[in-house]
Amino acid sequence: MLTLKRVWGLMRGSRRMYLFAILSELCAVIFSLIIPVIIKVTVDSVLGDEPMDLPGALVSFLQSAGGVDFLAANLWLCGAAALAVTLLQGVSIYLRGRLAATASENIACDIKDKLYDHLQKLPYEYHVKAQTGDLIQRCTSDVDTVRRFLAAQVIELARTIFVVALSVSVMLSVNVPLSLLSFMCIPIMLIISYRFFLSISRSFLKADEKEGELSTVLQESLSGVRVVRAFGRQKFETEKFGEKNTEYRDLCMVLMKLLARFWSSTDIVCYGQMGLVLVVGTIMAVKGQITLGGLILFNTYVGMFTWPIRNIGRILSDMGKMRVSLDRIYEILHTPPEQDTPGAGRSPLEGAIEFDNVYFEYQRGMPVLKGMSFTVRPGETIAVLGATGSGKSTLMHVLLRLYDYTGSIKINGVELRNIEKRWLREKIGIVLQDPFLYSRTIKRNIKMANFKASDPEIYEAAVTAAVHDVIEGFEKGYETIIGERGVTLSGGQRQRVAIARTVIKDSAILIFDDSLSAVDTETDARIRAALKERRENVTTFIISQRITTLMEADRIFVLEDGRLADVGTHEDLVARDGLYSRIWNIQNMLEFDFETEEGTG
Amino acid sequence: MNEFEDQEYTKNFEFSVWKKLYRYIRGFKRQLFTLVFNMVMVALLDAVLPLMTKYAIDEYIIKKQTSGLPLYIAAYALFTAMMAGSVYIFVYLAGKVEVGVVCEIRKHGFKKLQELSFSYYDTTAVGWIMARMTSDAQRIGDTVSWGIIDIAWSVAIIIFVVVNMFILNPTLALLLCAVMPALALVTFYFQKKIFANQRTVRRLNSRITGAYNEGINGAKTTKTLVSEENNFNEFKALTSGMKEASIRSAVLSSLLFPIVLALSSVGMALVLTHGGRGVMLGTIGLGTLSVFVAYTRQMFDPIQQLARIFAELQSAQASAERTLTLIETEPDIKDTPEVVAKYGDALNPLRENWEEITGEVVFENVGFKYKSGERVLEDFNLRVKPGEKIALVGETGAGKSTIVNLVCRFYEPTEGRILIDGADYRERAQIWLQSGLGYVLQAPHLFSGTVMENIRYAKLDAADEEVYEAARAVNAYDFIMKLEKGFETQVGEGGGKLSSGEKQLVSFARAILGDPKIFVLDEATSSVDTETEQVIQRSVESVLHGRTSFIVAHRLSTIRHCDRILLIHDGKILEEGSHRALIKKRGRYYDLYTNQFKAEAEQAVLSKSPA
Repeated sequence: MLTLKRVWGLMRGSRRMYLFAILSELCAVIFSLIIPVIIKVTVDSVLGDEPMDLPGALVSFLQSAGGVDFLAANLWLCGAAALAVTLLQGVSIYLRGRLAATASENIACDIKDKLYDHLQKLPYEYHVKAQTGDLIQRCTSDVDTVRRFLAAQVIELARTIFVVALSVSVMLSVNVPLSLLSFMCIPIMLIISYRFFLSISRSFLKADEKEGELSTVLQESLSGVRVVRAFGRQKFETEKFGEKNTEYRDLCMVLMKLLARFWSSTDIVCYGQMGLVLVVGTIMAVKGQITLGGLILFNTYVGMFTWPIRNIGRILSDMGKMRVSLDRIYEILHTPPEQDTPGAGRSPLEGAIEFDNVYFEYQRGMPVLKGMSFTVRPGETIAVLGATGSGKSTLMHVLLRLYDYTGSIKINGVELRNIEKRWLREKIGIVLQDPFLYSRTIKRNIKMANFKASDPEIYEAAVTAAVHDVIEGFEKGYETIIGERGVTLSGGQRQRVAIARTVIKDSAILIFDDSLSAVDTETDARIRAALKERRENVTTFIISQRITTLMEADRIFVLEDGRLADVGTHEDLVARDGLYSRIWNIQNMLEFDFETEEGTG
Repeated sequence: MNEFEDQEYTKNFEFSVWKKLYRYIRGFKRQLFTLVFNMVMVALLDAVLPLMTKYAIDEYIIKKQTSGLPLYIAAYALFTAMMAGSVYIFVYLAGKVEVGVVCEIRKHGFKKLQELSFSYYDTTAVGWIMARMTSDAQRIGDTVSWGIIDIAWSVAIIIFVVVNMFILNPTLALLLCAVMPALALVTFYFQKKIFANQRTVRRLNSRITGAYNEGINGAKTTKTLVSEENNFNEFKALTSGMKEASIRSAVLSSLLFPIVLALSSVGMALVLTHGGRGVMLGTIGLGTLSVFVAYTRQMFDPIQQLARIFAELQSAQASAERTLTLIETEPDIKDTPEVVAKYGDALNPLRENWEEITGEVVFENVGFKYKSGERVLEDFNLRVKPGEKIALVGETGAGKSTIVNLVCRFYEPTEGRILIDGADYRERAQIWLQSGLGYVLQAPHLFSGTVMENIRYAKLDAADEEVYEAARAVNAYDFIMKLEKGFETQVGEGGGKLSSGEKQLVSFARAILGDPKIFVLDEATSSVDTETEQVIQRSVESVLHGRTSFIVAHRLSTIRHCDRILLIHDGKILEEGSHRALIKKRGRYYDLYTNQFKAEAEQAVLSKSPA
């Protein structure tokens, strides 16, 4: 029931079209069933001399037009009638195909859009833990399972039901005993088919698993080709692959044998059914219990509904798969997205930043920020130093509201919770440690945060990030596509493009999360100088481990284990024993170290 | 993954491709003949069925008698049995041929992949090869088996039906045949269009998959850039493009059937009109008329089938072409026939003829350039004594890895020669040298399976105790024993369940187990954490003792104790000597070393601070 409700919900906007598709199918079935009737009437009443076995109105219409004799004289009319009905059937089939495809493609497109949109709106935490492969599977093949179900399987099911129901009623009106005989195979076939497709799904699963193993072996042996060669294990690999290859082949063969048995045994049922109707019908026709046209009609109808019933089992068993896919899709859609505090607004962010006893934990009982309190003046540059896991990045993420916090953070006197997240992130520029570049042109990547940026602005940002010359050096310059199908950038180049992308928008606060780590020291200094020139009164946070970077800041925060261990200027910190001074001292000890090593080593 | 699946298609039918492909199908000749024969049989039975009805009408109903009916029933039962039997045989055999051909092609492909040189792997993406070995191989198998079935059946049934019609009534037969060319034309045209459209849909579909991939991987960055809306709009453009293409393709398909139906009903109308008149005049029997009515239906299915097959044949040909390119690529590095005759090859090594390796390595005027023309080494000379430890340092792209790859004969010198134990290694088998190598890479590669299986990779017949010994030698034993199931722990696909440091230790143990005379550490410690590095560092000394070793290192602290350090720059040895000598020299090596020392010390202070 839930499945039905969900499908119905997804069909919003396309319901009417889908309904028309099914109605067209009904028409198509009706027309296809009329053709044998025309043939029957032609054979029995026009060519033969049976009374016309048609609805009264139609008979009287035909009588007024000249009756059977007229038809016999103009036999082409019967042909024309058959032709006309067939054309109508064709139109119906066309409409059904077009409507069903349009509706189901609309629905599929809707689901895909919805998923994409929703995924983007899910909280940061969700994406930190997300399993990309599994999510993509859900967004693509699971959606396709649903689409196929709507586009083909439901329609086929409807068609089969219509054919059976309508042909049964026509047949019953012609001859009851022969009709009952004709339906014999329906329940048998349904049961056989359903049970078969249910049981074969296990074999399918086994083959699928083996195929997975096969491609793992292939994949591992290809990506590990150096190891294979270095140990001379070509023979071993060949045998390993050969084994999986044959195992997979044999499992497929098991499937083939099952299918062969199914198709041939159901063939016996189908042909048996048709034969039974033919023989019994012939006997009845000889005895005069049924007309020749009637028999031909029966023969055609039995042929029309016997074969599709074989497939019903497959459709029914596929319904299970559809339900699973639907569940997987809804699991994503039902994950609550990021939301603003009710009443959150857009206050200016150009003021002081105050942290008061801020706590944050990813996991219950394991706080990463343990009571951070500090104030940053507007326009101040703060450098942050700390060991891995000391909470540097988390501190910045909290400021962007990528994570929630306890305690109080105020910008310009307004509590962060009461500021719209979107607004906040638009106004705070951050360069992540491992920036993600989109596989589009470099220009497009830089414009990401500011769609309206003009070319000169883009170049200027790139110059600031010391990456303009690098980009110009590429064959296609700013139109170079980044990523799999394009140019691969080095870590440093990526970081610099990301910097350009961040500085192109006007930010009240700028954050560099260790984002110059892959750039050499000289370029690092050049970028910082350019940035300084560019930004006035922009509060800046720089997370770094380079002393030269740190010492230029107005103040340096030293984080240890989620706490602010020390704050001060370079001079202050060098004078005190601590993390900062220890790193500073390394520089001076260096020469001395070598001398001893050379002397004693 | 989708990127490589659907590439360009050749336009015309290429006989040569199919001829080459025949080599891999030859083994199924008998099954294929049986299949064709069987399909002719099925077609014959299909053509006979309407005749059964005709007989019942003409002999029983019209004559109003039922004598001989039991025999008729028996004949019908026989017909059913034959039909069922044929169906069983064709599904079974076609299945056998399909999976057999796929299996065969994969087997040949994999064998070739084991022979191909590194230069091939350098320029060919793994994804490309995967696609050839999976979806392309499958498509070839499908087409060869089911394609032949459909062609045989369609051709046979068309012939039977036409012949039968002409026997029964030439005038009616001619009438029906008049409709056929139009039908064939329309169907072939449509199938081609439909197929082209489906390709567009597939291409768009893989772009959507790519977009999801990017959307999910880039979600965090997207949030910080607040570019959700732009991304979503771009995505919507993609999906609606896909929607339109899919609908177009579906509309084409839904047009085809009604058109076929319309044409067939023209045939039907002609038959009914003309045949009906014949019946009234008494020139045509009612039974015959019913046969013709049935035939108008039966004729059109095979024509549609043929059109479909020919459309699919094109893509199968492209698959075959691509897969054959893989199978027929000649490896760049190949042992001469004389060498193979004496030492064997990778699949059939003749170990009894192998000389023991002592480990002297000599580069004699060696030059190397890539196929692209990029030169890496020129006139490079180096003499390494057995057991000597050589370190190679220098910038990325200086040629360190090339030197190591040349030692391993993953590449061969383009000029000059490399002697191992005094003999040009081209006079020995590749497998001879490579079986005696110990090799540890920067990115450790493990295979799915247990830790035990992975270490044992270097020596398949090693006893458990030997494996433990190797693990102890590299200080990996303790951490392995701490794993859930010790040595029997599954490492997961690509070793994914272990940390990269743990993977490196396992791969180090693996390299030791084979007791190699020549040992290569190619940036082995640059991607592991400091702790693991120290663990490895402690064992390197003892483990490398008595083995000729080449150590490519990024972290200079790891190579201080090597016998000789070569500073490589632009494919040349710029500085050479022991660590102490090079430091004293205050040259390039000294600069490199101080810079690194500084960075490492800082790192050490940071990682020692309480976390």
